[in-house]
Amino acid sequence: MTAAPSPDVLRAPLVVEFPFTRSLGPVQSAFLTGLRERTVLGVKTAGGGVLVPPVEYDPVTAEEIRDLVEVAPTGTVTTWAWNPAPRRDQPLRTPFAWVLVKLDGAATALLHVLDAPGPDAVRTGMRVRIRWAAEPTGAITDIACFEPCEREDSGAAAPHDGRFADPVTGITTPARLDYTYSPGRAPTDYINALAERRTVGERCPSCRKVYVPPRGACPTCGIATAERVEVGPRGTVTTFCIVNLKARNLDIEVPYVYAHIALDGADLALHGRIGGIPYDQVRMGLRVEPVWTEGGRYPDHYRPTGEPDADYDAYKELI
Amino acid sequence: MREIAIVAFAQTGHRRRTDELSEVEMLMPVLHDVLGQTGLKTSDIGFTCSGSSDYLAGRAFSFTMALDGVGAWPPISESHVEMDGAWALYEAWVKLLTGEADTALVYAYGKTSPGEIRDVLTRQLDPYYVAPLWPDSVSLAALQAQALIDAGDTDEPALAAVAARSRTAAAANPHAQLSGPVPAGDYLVQPLRTGDCPPVTDGAAAVILAAGDTARGLCARPAWIRGMDHRIEAHSLGVRDLTDSPSARQAAERAGAFEIPHGLKGMGGAPFVDTAELHAPFTSQEVVLRKALRLGDDVNVNPSGGALAANPVMAAGLIRIGEAAARIHRGASDRALAHATSGPCLQQNLVAVLEGES
Repeated sequence: MTAAPSPDVLRAPLVVEFPFTRSLGPVQSAFLTGLRERTVLGVKTAGGGVLVPPVEYDPVTAEEIRDLVEVAPTGTVTTWAWNPAPRRDQPLRTPFAWVLVKLDGAATALLHVLDAPGPDAVRTGMRVRIRWAAEPTGAITDIACFEPCEREDSGAAAPHDGRFADPVTGITTPARLDYTYSPGRAPTDYINALAERRTVGERCPSCRKVYVPPRGACPTCGIATAERVEVGPRGTVTTFCIVNLKARNLDIEVPYVYAHIALDGADLALHGRIGGIPYDQVRMGLRVEPVWTEGGRYPDHYRPTGEPDADYDAYKELI
Repeated sequence: MREIAIVAFAQTGHRRRTDELSEVEMLMPVLHDVLGQTGLKTSDIGFTCSGSSDYLAGRAFSFTMALDGVGAWPPISESHVEMDGAWALYEAWVKLLTGEADTALVYAYGKTSPGEIRDVLTRQLDPYYVAPLWPDSVSLAALQAQALIDAGDTDEPALAAVAARSRTAAAANPHAQLSGPVPAGDYLVQPLRTGDCPPVTDGAAAVILAAGDTARGLCARPAWIRGMDHRIEAHSLGVRDLTDSPSARQAAERAGAFEIPHGLKGMGGAPFVDTAELHAPFTSQEVVLRKALRLGDDVNVNPSGGALAANPVMAAGLIRIGEAAARIHRGASDRALAHATSGPCLQQNLVAVLEGES
């Protein structure tokens, strides 16, 4: 059974989202706690330069550096870029300039944003000051943004012991990325056929194996599969396990059996839940068939057919 | 040192999106192409190494699925880097230098279309002080471009000329996605206009490496790797001089770009190459690289059109090396410099020097 690739490939939104939790080293902790207290700290290198934002190790010598100093909340723009269309998670909702700012007393520049009316109001060398966030938490975003100011360079950094009450020791940074996922041709064909309660694999033109589910390539031969082959609906349990952990958001009583099932005609076992039989009676060689639920796009589970068990030799290559 | 050469190169026709193809379906034709060029079978390959990033398409362990296209059973000697394929090629080169293998298959792929690449690339940044601000890749490149303009190294017309030259050259490249007259466009992030930025691309590439006489047997004119090195700069942008790339220059020096061929020491100054394939996704980055690598006007820079013509992320660097090698294969170059980059504002740089025998 062959067919031309479906013109309509499936697509679905896919969101990858993590709240990354990170612990801080002593210098990072002092810097971010300082921001919460509206104090900007830098760290001195062996060469005497002040790094802002401060790091734990000298970027040139790799020496551990711990000598903290306080620098001014004012500084000078060293380069800039006007962003006319802020993206979702960027610090300002209205058009703004990205800036590298060398704070007074610092030898290096900090990346942040500048709130300005337009690109004509921004230039390298302009003076800016920090606008603090209304509700600081101990994060780089405690600097809400920079804003233009007229104040002259306030000069040298002052020593600071880096000690604050209730120091910040970690940060949680949510990260969300949005994708439009498309599985490609072969999985689309497979998923579409499943919706019609048919299981369709693809045969390798070289080794003749039928892959279910198909991914478009034979992993043994490294060549494309395209010949579509309907398999099943019945199959054989090749191996199984008994699940005693209740998964969150899964309305299935434990224990239950999860099995590898070689559908008749397939050369690769897929996996599914076994139902309609006590968990301690499931066995290798058990013959099963899919059970569909109303509106389901794939089998809910597999149940015994009542046939005699398959002979071990019939499925041993598929375990 | 063992002689290692690139003996075959293939790449996809690069496109804005390839929804109908899974990653392995996109990759397989280029794998078959390089195997076909050399007459090798998967089972003949001594080592396989790939470069890709799961973040592009948002799929965990996508590189294991891509291995289906290689034919990795019975088990093969294989490795993967979550980087541009140029670094996979570096690993394969080292493997061949050790004598543990005589041939290597290197491939890379990037399906950039499923996600928002400008946002995705923010996740490679310092997670404490930088990533929470979500500075996208175009914005960071624009900060570098403004620094170059302020330093007098370039201006907007000069950047537009880089874009025009690249896309004119790409008209002769059948794999290019963007070629011919492309408008400078509006500012995406000032001072960079849409024309200064790379297209969003899905694509893949593969090369085969071979050692010594094996290489001579597989290719009429192998592209010998005379040297290769990669260097990285401090991760904090505010610590770096964004108008220069000491890491690219150092990698080029250590790869032998400034030495006269056949062991004679160079006289300093310009590198002894006729061609340079530079991995500069933004026009302003070509300005930095030309300066750092001291490339003269006599060097043919990016005859393929470069990453401005097609930018399959994670493959675009490997393609620079492949394009340079392919020119040597067909006699259009005798000695070429190939460059790949990674990270924001040219943070990490790899340089290879390739040479053909007359």
